[in-house]
Amino acid sequence: MREDFREILRLVTRGARVLDVGCGEGDLMELLTHQNGVDAQGLEISPQGVAACLAKGLAVVQGDGDRDLDYFPTGAFDYAILSKTLQQMREPKHVLSELLRIADRAIVSAPNFAHWRMRLSLMSRGRMPETKALPDPWWATANIHLFTLRDFTDLVRDLGLKVEACAALAEGKAARPMNPTGMLENWRVETALFLLSKQ
Amino acid sequence: MARVAKSATKAMQADPEGGVMRFPAGKVLRLDSGARIEGLEVAYKTYGTLNAARSNAILVCHALTGDQHLASDNPVTGRPGWWERFVGPGLPLDTDRYFVIGTNVIGGCMGSTGPASVNPATGEAWGLSFPVITIADMVRAQGMFIEALGIETLMAVVGGSMGGMQVLQWASDYPEKVFSAVCIAAAAKHSAQNIAFHEVGRQAIMADPDWKAGAYLADGVRPEKGLAVARMAAHITYLSEAALQRKFGRGLQRDGLSWGFDADFQVESYLRHQGTSFVDRFDANSYLYITRALDYFDLAARHGGSLAAAFVKARAVRFCVLSFSSDWLYPTPESREIVRALNAAGARASFVEIETDKGHDAFFLDEPQLDATLKGFLTSTAQARGLA
Repeated sequence: MREDFREILRLVTRGARVLDVGCGEGDLMELLTHQNGVDAQGLEISPQGVAACLAKGLAVVQGDGDRDLDYFPTGAFDYAILSKTLQQMREPKHVLSELLRIADRAIVSAPNFAHWRMRLSLMSRGRMPETKALPDPWWATANIHLFTLRDFTDLVRDLGLKVEACAALAEGKAARPMNPTGMLENWRVETALFLLSKQ
Repeated sequence: MARVAKSATKAMQADPEGGVMRFPAGKVLRLDSGARIEGLEVAYKTYGTLNAARSNAILVCHALTGDQHLASDNPVTGRPGWWERFVGPGLPLDTDRYFVIGTNVIGGCMGSTGPASVNPATGEAWGLSFPVITIADMVRAQGMFIEALGIETLMAVVGGSMGGMQVLQWASDYPEKVFSAVCIAAAAKHSAQNIAFHEVGRQAIMADPDWKAGAYLADGVRPEKGLAVARMAAHITYLSEAALQRKFGRGLQRDGLSWGFDADFQVESYLRHQGTSFVDRFDANSYLYITRALDYFDLAARHGGSLAAAFVKARAVRFCVLSFSSDWLYPTPESREIVRALNAAGARASFVEIETDKGHDAFFLDEPQLDATLKGFLTSTAQARGLA
């Protein structure tokens, strides 16, 4: 199982109502439904992803996280999940505040552009880093709004949100709880996962 | 063929061959207009077997000119059923697993009570004395039929176009009787453009001297020319520009132009054929009544203008809304509006826009993604319903 999924399963309470934004083929929703007994609803842009979700019996709406969150009613969900896609949004700030309008809590994960490997790659090669977390060249990447751990904690503070939990994720390793404002973490963390709520 | 329900409340076995269910005079269908229909007849056709728990029934609602003959030859035209691609063993509406029901809408002309039926009070065809009906009236009549079959909850109500509107009406009016709802290429209301096209069709019928103010049956004639023109105009709205271009382009019937007004272009010939073959199977007054029902359809209007309010009681229903990218009759934004209302109501909704250039009519054409989506949704629905 993907490490971020394992961490999300740990954070989401049983029987909760969950919106998975960018749910892909519904792997996470399926896990949440079967293991946590949640009532899951997905939002996915690709028709193939939607079709795969439907075949699994999951409720999924074809739509765009950038545009369609506005149409969900306030407080409709207990959790809104945005897994590794905030950096792909046209308006990440708006999306983040929408997540916490729609749901009481948001679970957001994103790659940290200040990870040492990124810094080293940029320093040594003088080019946009291409790493495992961000494998595509700059002209093909969907990641149009890359940010660092520090950038993100600033935004969270500006929006008046509260960090209830935070973990560092790396491929093949168990999630590690961490303090996102810790100085070294902005170097060490490859991907960060946040549980946010309104203050 | 006609079967008489001994008591409408007592469960009755549907004739597997299909037929007409006649309700006793005491079992009145009350219409939105305030009118009442006594001695209601509902023509139907069923496929597959109803299980002992009566939990595997799927009602398929048909479109404007469709009927109850989903997957068997149409006795009037001799042609295959209109949804034969989807209803049958191993198909998305799998008749090895589900009991699939088709009924003809009231106001129709394939055996259910409509303007061409005989008014029991006068012994003559209703004609224009038939009351104006609505989509909700059609659904109410289907509800009586389903109740007479002893089915408490439908595993699914499925329909495209006008059928999709009936699906929405079912979920809104009888949420407790609907386990899941599949609404394909439809809208929650008729737009000005939709009404405008229908008005062209109705005017074509009424301008035909053989229409005779709706009393043509008594004179043994039919407004064939007017009905054909109505069908031709409507048929254009069922196809996309791309599909018309792909099929016909500027292709000619013969070499060279006729320098006259014969059908020079293949598209003209095609439309004329659509028109003339339609009049053999459809009643002109039915066309007036059903297009009127569609024009009157506005689900939100019955709920203070809020579409979400129409679905508040339908939160437990599993919805699947599908649209086609090239459908300009009921374009994708209409489906999105439905989905947003379902989300706002807190209902369990799925939605996908199917990429196709086949236009509105794609819902009964070969469209693999539609197949896969329907099959996936119904299979998971059956699972949730506890069907093995």
